[in-house]
Amino acid sequence: MALFEARNIHKRFGSSVVLEDISLSFEEGQVNGIMGPNGAGKTTCFHCLTGHYKPSRGSIVFDGTDITGKPPQRIARMGVSRSFQMMNLFDDACVIENIILALPEFRRRYAQVTSSVFNDKVLLTQAYEVLDQVGLLGQEWQPSLSLSYGNRRALEIGVALAANPRIVFLDEPTSGLGVEATRQLVKLIQKLRDRYTIVMIEHDMRFLFELADQISVIHWGQVIAQGTPDELQSNKWVQRSALGAVA
Amino acid sequence: MVTLSDISRRSGQWITPQIAVFALVLLSLPFWIGPIGLYQYIGVEIAIWIIFALGFNLLFGYTGLHSFGHGAYLGVGAYAFGLFQLHVGVSLFGGLLAAILAAGVAGAVVASFVSHRRGIYFALMTIAFGQLFWFGAVKMHWITGGEDGLLNIPRPDLNLGVTSFDLSGNTALYYLIATLVIVITILTWRAVNSPFGRILQAIRQNEVRASFIGYEVWWFKWVVFTLSAMFAGLAGGLFSMAQESAYPDVMSLHQSGLIVMMVLVGGGLVNFWGPILGVVLYFIARDVLGAITETWLLWYGLMFVAMVMFKPEGLAGFLAELKRPSEPETWTKPAEEQ
Ligand SMILES: Nc1ncnc2c1ncn2[C@@H]1O[C@H](COP(=O)(O)OP(=O)(O)O)[C@@H](O)[C@H]1O
Ligand SMILES: [Mg+2]
Repeated sequence: MALFEARNIHKRFGSSVVLEDISLSFEEGQVNGIMGPNGAGKTTCFHCLTGHYKPSRGSIVFDGTDITGKPPQRIARMGVSRSFQMMNLFDDACVIENIILALPEFRRRYAQVTSSVFNDKVLLTQAYEVLDQVGLLGQEWQPSLSLSYGNRRALEIGVALAANPRIVFLDEPTSGLGVEATRQLVKLIQKLRDRYTIVMIEHDMRFLFELADQISVIHWGQVIAQGTPDELQSNKWVQRSALGAVA
Repeated sequence: MVTLSDISRRSGQWITPQIAVFALVLLSLPFWIGPIGLYQYIGVEIAIWIIFALGFNLLFGYTGLHSFGHGAYLGVGAYAFGLFQLHVGVSLFGGLLAAILAAGVAGAVVASFVSHRRGIYFALMTIAFGQLFWFGAVKMHWITGGEDGLLNIPRPDLNLGVTSFDLSGNTALYYLIATLVIVITILTWRAVNSPFGRILQAIRQNEVRASFIGYEVWWFKWVVFTLSAMFAGLAGGLFSMAQESAYPDVMSLHQSGLIVMMVLVGGGLVNFWGPILGVVLYFIARDVLGAITETWLLWYGLMFVAMVMFKPEGLAGFLAELKRPSEPETWTKPAEEQ
């Protein structure tokens, strides 16, 4: 059975239907890509899968447990992590604090009111490990707002990884990144694929085709095509938008 | 930019140089307050409001929850202390405990209604509940004495078993409260640097992300609201002890607004010491400006408006900028500290 499965997800806001009928399944250890035009409902789909929105119909199963309608914090604690399309960090906090806050080891101390955080060797060690993974060593004590755009994206992913998840959802991780930063990100995801199951929404076709094991195309709130990158090369919609991307 | 969440280089310590200086100032106050033209009782008032303000800023500044009805818990504490002395028994610890618990229960009940809210809904609900308590205090005259309040509340002795201190003099009372202020300042300082405190600050910065990394946001809001109500209750209990009376005005909207103003003017949004500065500034303004003109509150209000418009970081932010040219008070790596 797949690690994460969404069955017949339907989502409407008032009278406007955004997700018609979405079924997706993500196998453990794979990199799954999700593509589709702007406004297709990709982000809304992520919001449903991670608990931000409650789907109007359908069910979501993670590792054999039905998580439909559960609040995001419950789903997160089960090992589902995500990054956001719009940057979503703790802006007054320095880089390392953003990471520390997401560590399960830190979360376990939530009721401690006199112990100190930033001298805690266990927390620091774990946080440095994550920072190393996403290439932010050396900037750990900087205010997160002072980071470059690309590094903020990296931190965004770092926060998602710090939770030590089993599955990570990344919403357009390359958006706004230059060529060099995108190359870095490819390397990072190559590194991560052995440790996590990854699902990512992505605009950049080349990026996606290079990394993904499985790709789903979402359009008009439906999954219109699904398959390996090779299988999808021949898909009409994919070809058309790939041509557009090249031109 | 200075923010409340900057990591102090001394975030792991119990007693920082600032806390030591603050304690010295507090403990020596009775010796110099007279000579500079003020009087003992203002020290009592300042110390009481500092307790209120420190608790309030955990909620207001650190968690970013804008309560405009916290006067209510000050009042509940005041009544609880008074009722305890009048009907249960004359006891300092009993009274203060009753004040803390009563305000805590009131806060917990209100918190269960507001902790799922945010922004303007949160603020409006805190006002509504605040008014409810005030109304209750005025109407339930068989308990609260109505508009007249509770009068002739005795000031109990401080009974430590082996010895006991008479607190009927304002200087003795001041020392008791100043000691509490020092203990509470240290605990609050630890709390804002502890995991619990950092999570509160994370919630202020980004509630959505906080829940996506696994935190039950409403639970933290509930706890910090209740906690700040308990601080207010302690302050209220001490206030009714100092005044030897408790009356509805203590929990009026006016008091709720005052604590907000003090915290903002002092810089509670950007600095741990902000609430304390704000309280001191207010009482000095009241007595110094008040000696010059009856319309002092207008001038204080104008100062508040000017502060919000031109220096939203408050007095603490202003002071932080003055010393900016030297080294900013942010933290460096642990290795460099040793
Ligand atoms: N909270 C909402 N209320 C109403 N409509 C929404 C809401 N969120 C998204 N939508 C609509 O859903 C559609 C899909 O949005 P989105 O999921 O962000 O698309 P994508 O990520 O694929 O670009 C858009 O037309 C958007 O206007
Ligand atoms: Mg999107």
